[in-house]
Amino acid sequence: MAVAFSLNIISDLQVMLQYQFMQHAFEAGTVVALIAGVTGYFVVLRRSAFTAHAFSEIGFAGAAGAILLNIPPIAGLVLGSSLGGFAIAALGRRATNRDTQIGIVLAFALGLGLLFISLYTGYATEAYSILFGEILGISYGQVVLTVVAGVGIIAAVGFVYRPLLFASLDEDVAEAKGMPMLFLGMVFMLLVAFAVSFAVQVTGVLLIFSLMVTPAAAAQYLARRPAVAIAISVAIALGATWVGLFVAFYENYPVSFFITGIVFGLYMIIRLTHLGRAPAHPRRRSEKSTTGEMALGRKGP
Amino acid sequence: MNISASKALQAVVEPSLVAAENVTAGYRDKIVWQEANFSIGRGEFVAVIGPNGAGKTTLFRLLLGLQRPISGTIRIFGEPPKRGNPQIGYVPQRHVIDSETNVESLELVRLGLSGKRWGFNPLSHADRDTAFTVLESVGARELAHRPLGVLSGGELQRIFLAEALVSNPNLLLLDEPLSNLDMRRESDLLHLVNGVVQDRGVTALLIAHNINPLLPHLDKVIYIANGRVATGRPDEVLTSESLTALYGVQVEVLRDDKGNVAIIGIEEHLRK
Repeated sequence: MAVAFSLNIISDLQVMLQYQFMQHAFEAGTVVALIAGVTGYFVVLRRSAFTAHAFSEIGFAGAAGAILLNIPPIAGLVLGSSLGGFAIAALGRRATNRDTQIGIVLAFALGLGLLFISLYTGYATEAYSILFGEILGISYGQVVLTVVAGVGIIAAVGFVYRPLLFASLDEDVAEAKGMPMLFLGMVFMLLVAFAVSFAVQVTGVLLIFSLMVTPAAAAQYLARRPAVAIAISVAIALGATWVGLFVAFYENYPVSFFITGIVFGLYMIIRLTHLGRAPAHPRRRSEKSTTGEMALGRKGP
Repeated sequence: MNISASKALQAVVEPSLVAAENVTAGYRDKIVWQEANFSIGRGEFVAVIGPNGAGKTTLFRLLLGLQRPISGTIRIFGEPPKRGNPQIGYVPQRHVIDSETNVESLELVRLGLSGKRWGFNPLSHADRDTAFTVLESVGARELAHRPLGVLSGGELQRIFLAEALVSNPNLLLLDEPLSNLDMRRESDLLHLVNGVVQDRGVTALLIAHNINPLLPHLDKVIYIANGRVATGRPDEVLTSESLTALYGVQVEVLRDDKGNVAIIGIEEHLRK
């Protein structure tokens, strides 16, 4: 960037926002941080980080295929990742723990994406931008699309909030209460698939965790009420995106690197200052006393 | 009128809360138990006991409408079981919360009340107050803001009980709430459940491995073993004669001077 950084932050911001591509980057980045922070909380709560990652790589195959067919990559991303989401949700409610099967599909999807890219005779930069994000090259049309998708995703999360939280925290009771578990699983997967597809614009397929998982994981240490944890998760994702964009404007290194660096740094600070506390270190006291067992005289001799 | 007389009168006036007629339960290729007949009245505290794998949880799955009987009929409040029956509160077996879950207990109790409702309403004061009241009634108010992942087994059972009670059910199904509790906490929890049964007029079915700690509280016992189901008052069911007649093998029920019971013969027979 040819613009020099001064110590006056206000004027620096003004200078930066004169550029239309920076405006677009901030607008799209803000929406993406919002949806990634919100959906990321459920991803972390349901221990579905690997599944979210798998979506993004299935989405990569979709996006590469879309480039080959000369249609917008986002269409391929959404299509690829939602198909992946449907397939995984249809496998059943314990499917998010099927690491092996998901890993197998993920590897194949990545290979497929590689094939599409090599078949495409244009520039390899397209592949690079899907893998690592291209926040500084976002058009006005993409911003509008991102805002529309963002509003849709947030509204959908708001609608399923309590049932999804219940099903995520307490599957057995939720099922016995007659909640539509398969439907909720599908909705969750679709929400994540959409959120991943749009977050890819900012962080790229490979760095998706930096907005979908790290902020929510850090927020889990700071709040015990889901609504508050979600707010913190969004705040971390937003802060990292904004600061990342700002720094990257004046320091000519990739935005994605700064975003991943900031969230990682924050996570480490929170993790280290909360050592020994939940969530990572359970203090589960054993209540089983051997004398109690013996005195109870279990059935039989 | 004394309490047992009024209960007897109730039984005449009201149809039983749960009634099973010739029920055979199991899966497509395997019968778990057969020809069970029993009825449970309002406000009864019932223990469901029997060896591992005898089909105690299967009984709960039938009542919850998660599984259908192979034959026979079950009625709950006069209707066939249906999934999501709001009159039933349920605490599943080995109900373990992920130790990494940093969500406060109050939230789980609140979801027991409003988890089925669509829409976003995390700040409902009415829900919050109801959840606090129920936590108070199970002696767990001070656990409200503690994360689920760090609670001990006894504390978790109280929270689960609150989660089940918060929607004000008439029938409480507790699947092995006593496992992993030491004697003192076992006794605490049983007194708590018994108090709930008395105060709220709730009917409670509790699955347990060992009947002895339950004996002082019980109205009825459902003993499931070896494909058969025996039901009745503990002193009727748990005798050498009745169990021997039911199972067709020599079963001995031993009692010590404190009234503790040991059932010998069934599990040995199963192992053959």
